[in-house]
Amino acid sequence: MLTAALARRPFPCYILSRMVQYNAARLDASFAALSDATRRGVLEQLGRAEASITDLAEAFDMTLTGMKKHVGVLERAGLVTTEKVGRVRTCRIGPHRLEEETAWIARHRELWEARFAELDRVIDELRRKEKAYGRKRRR
Amino acid sequence: MDARGEGEPSAGKNRTTVERKSERELVVTRTFNAPARIVFEAWTTPELLMRWWAPKSMGVPLLSVEADVRTGGRYRFVFGRDGSETMAFFGRYIEVTPHSLLAWTNDEGGEGGAVTTVTFEERDGRTLLVMRELYPSKEALDAAGTGAAEMMDETFGQLDELLATLGDRG
Repeated sequence: MLTAALARRPFPCYILSRMVQYNAARLDASFAALSDATRRGVLEQLGRAEASITDLAEAFDMTLTGMKKHVGVLERAGLVTTEKVGRVRTCRIGPHRLEEETAWIARHRELWEARFAELDRVIDELRRKEKAYGRKRRR
Repeated sequence: MDARGEGEPSAGKNRTTVERKSERELVVTRTFNAPARIVFEAWTTPELLMRWWAPKSMGVPLLSVEADVRTGGRYRFVFGRDGSETMAFFGRYIEVTPHSLLAWTNDEGGEGGAVTTVTFEERDGRTLLVMRELYPSKEALDAAGTGAAEMMDETFGQLDELLATLGDRG
């Protein structure tokens, strides 16, 4: 009933701190990925149009293996997404929308996890009561 | 039955999954270690709902729960820190099938309200709960979860208040 409300309404501090932690880890990965000139170039290129690993290797005058490594780092940082169709792996810029979506889902999950943890306690108690009642009835 | 031992009632922590199934639908799933009649009871008894619907970490307690759990019956949940600043959520149960299905409308937001459907599926003494929230539009569902900036403002607002009370105590 209240998921909608929750998004509009006061959010627990722990969600905030989790999000900060999450963002911090993500920023570490992003900054590490961006510390390399080739990778920054790749991002710039992908910002203009999607490209295969082969295209990128050619554009940056690198071996396929070398480019795969760079793309892997960018991908782990969430800055790039790749998709393999047949023998071609196409790289695209990681959409910011994805990041927002992750946070959006995370917020819903935090709420429901907390709620269900309390519900587990209520259910345990109901089960114990039912068992105790059942024993009495059988006597 | 499966190698991961998920069939054992006492096995580990049950996972909550949240998925946006489509532009308009959010689906939450969770298994509970109890038969459906018990889980259903916890979802339909006001005194029990009071105990879990507003987990402490949410920061705002439930002040009252009224729930006439039958098809066509109404519910009203009131939240707030005290009587002066409260917030009510209300709607109507549109389908109630004991121990297996609950569906209700969320009317507090006017036209943007979702229809929530919860199913309880019992298997080997445990219950798989699936909750679907179907919004009238993509925008309504987006609004239910985004508005991150607004949320941050509110959370920081809360943090400010908390810090202020801590300061008073010191």
